Amino acid sequence: MQITPIQLTFMLAAVITLGSALMVVSARNILHAALWLVASLFGVAMLFALLQANFFAVVQVVVYIGAIAILVIFAVMLTRRVMQDSGPQVIRAWWLAAVLAAAVFAGLVVMLSSWRGFWNLPPTLANPDAPLVQLGLALVSPNAYVVPFEVSSVLLLAALIGAIYVAFQRK
Amino acid sequence: MIPLSWYLVAAAALFCIGLFGVLARRNAIAILMGVELMLNAVNINLLAFWRYQDPQQTAGPAFVAIVFVTAAAEVAVGLAIIISAYRRRSTVVAEEIDNLKG
Repeated sequence: MQITPIQLTFMLAAVITLGSALMVVSARNILHAALWLVASLFGVAMLFALLQANFFAVVQVVVYIGAIAILVIFAVMLTRRVMQDSGPQVIRAWWLAAVLAAAVFAGLVVMLSSWRGFWNLPPTLANPDAPLVQLGLALVSPNAYVVPFEVSSVLLLAALIGAIYVAFQRK
Repeated sequence: MIPLSWYLVAAAALFCIGLFGVLARRNAIAILMGVELMLNAVNINLLAFWRYQDPQQTAGPAFVAIVFVTAAAEVAVGLAIIISAYRRRSTVVAEEIDNLKG
């Protein structure tokens, strides 16, 4: 069976994503887990690029890695002193969680493989720049997604004010 | 050519790894990292279906943009809550933050 270069790239991206994700949930040291999260998010950005969603690949790196993962590392640094990295990092019933996660995975794969479109190949994209232009137009068009777009900006404002208020320390 | 199944199985695996992280980890920040993995799996799924079913539609990418925004907002507020709880109770272990326990 011939493996094309693009399939090889996909396998590399998937190995990076899933391998780093496994390290995130099993690393002893919480800071190492945060850094493995950064690696996993890079893998996801690679998968986005393979899907020709190039805008979202860049947004993934800038927003998820450049903001969210950095926030997580900040929080890890600010809560350093209490939880020892040598005690148990998982609850006592962790094997039950593993069984449940494996069951959910098996259920998802079984259910998806019974769908007739499971082995679809992608339709050709005539103009690779068109989806981004269409997305931009759709996000501000009154007939499309302007309301979720504006509401999400209000959501960000609310989250900003809420986070400042919750974490504020009066001297 | 990559079949759609590869993306869907990879996203399902990432989702289940995040699910394990949420259910099994004790540190509250580690639980949040599991939630982030689950949200990324959802994004992969959305974009894979968009690309393979109908790339002319904008519903998929618009949904993904909203998921990005929501994930950022949720992480900011969640970490603020964890830091605030840490300052009061000096713990980040989720099972020790039990003031509301009966």
